[in-house]
Amino acid sequence: MSLSSGITAATLAKDIRLEWRSKDAINSMLFFALLVVVIFSFSFDPLAEDSRRIAGGLVWVAFLFAAVVALNQTWARELRNQVLDAYRVSPAPANSLFWAKALGNFTFVGVLEGLMTPLFIVFYNLRARGPAWQLIPIAVLGTWALVVNGTFFAAVSLRTRSREVMLPMLLFPVSIPALLAMVNGTTAILTGDDPAKFWIVLLATYDVVFTIGCLALFETVLHAE
Amino acid sequence: MSDPSSPQASPIVAVSNLIKQFGRFAALRGVTAEFAAGRLYAILGDNGAGKTTLLRTLAGLARPTRGSVLLLGSADVRAVCRQVGYMAHPSLLYDEMSGMENLRYFARLYGIEDDRRCASVIRAVRLDPTLERPVGQYSQGMRQRMSLARALLNDPKILLLDEPFSNVDLRSAREMVSLLVEMRDAGKTLLVVTHQASLLDGSADEFVWMEAGQIVARTRDLQRQQPRPEGP
Repeated sequence: MSLSSGITAATLAKDIRLEWRSKDAINSMLFFALLVVVIFSFSFDPLAEDSRRIAGGLVWVAFLFAAVVALNQTWARELRNQVLDAYRVSPAPANSLFWAKALGNFTFVGVLEGLMTPLFIVFYNLRARGPAWQLIPIAVLGTWALVVNGTFFAAVSLRTRSREVMLPMLLFPVSIPALLAMVNGTTAILTGDDPAKFWIVLLATYDVVFTIGCLALFETVLHAE
Repeated sequence: MSDPSSPQASPIVAVSNLIKQFGRFAALRGVTAEFAAGRLYAILGDNGAGKTTLLRTLAGLARPTRGSVLLLGSADVRAVCRQVGYMAHPSLLYDEMSGMENLRYFARLYGIEDDRRCASVIRAVRLDPTLERPVGQYSQGMRQRMSLARALLNDPKILLLDEPFSNVDLRSAREMVSLLVEMRDAGKTLLVVTHQASLLDGSADEFVWMEAGQIVARTRDLQRQQPRPEGP
């Protein structure tokens, strides 16, 4: 294992250990997503045909909002006791930290999705009329799209006074193309009206472009005063 | 300056006309100084004198607005960061993890895989490496010592210590001073920012006095003999 990937693995393991002990991010995410499921299930008739058309949007908006909670938490723990400075004075590459944080957030949001998806299926009586397996690439690519940008913009907003407000302000506009692809792709599979392939390709392209962009800029963000 | 003294040996740390501004506020106003290898320097001054900013600039955490920093002859602070240890006023430790877990993680950042190195620096600061309590439950003195252990992990040639004795009881503070003297005798260069200068009386090789972002005096003992401007 190279030094860089060793640092990524050590940082990821540390973040998972800290989250396992504090459960800060996962608890707040779960609570928030659960609220969304319950409130919307009371607001709409979940058995109606129309709910199949809006379920994709509901699912992803719930995951997006819940992910913001986790994204803020992962960087917030680096600010306590100014621990981030210990990383900044070390020879460890900035991108190792970025990979570790992005993979950590991917894991946390993935766990949330794994727990919440059965609830969505039950509450909204969802059954895919299109190829259901295509939901897997949409979920993986869509989650990566959320966390890669979220990790980056959470780091950008780290030193701002109102970072909880700043993160959604920066993240949501940039995430619109990805969100559009996630929602339309999911709806296409649930309704079976259109093929979802275009949206999957769009998500993959989005992920590649934004991952490269975030990696290219992260060192500047990390060492900014 | 009273009793200005320039280091006889070649400087391991040199700053020239260092200016650091935060917006309109100048935290450092043209600091020029050299620090020789294998010496212990105490940096003294009132709050806001620029001591912490000077240390953060040397550690590479703050970029100079103007002027230059040379560490081990290199103007690129990041290039020599393996040779520098930095202890800040906050602990730079994760409260939820034990001391050993913290140090094991930070050791990986320097490519150190051997847990014996972590255990040895923990013992060096008179703490127990097998202590499983999270750092958040340590006393302030224990936290300070663990923070010093973290700064020592990479066996640095230069140690930048910001308020290492704050909130530490007298006995622990004296133990820390003995440890710093041992490190100086082992050839390390130590720059120690402190408000408890008397602890370093007789141990520091030089006292560097800062005021309003400038070095105003360098003395060999704690008695600073400089005429102060008289008040109205």
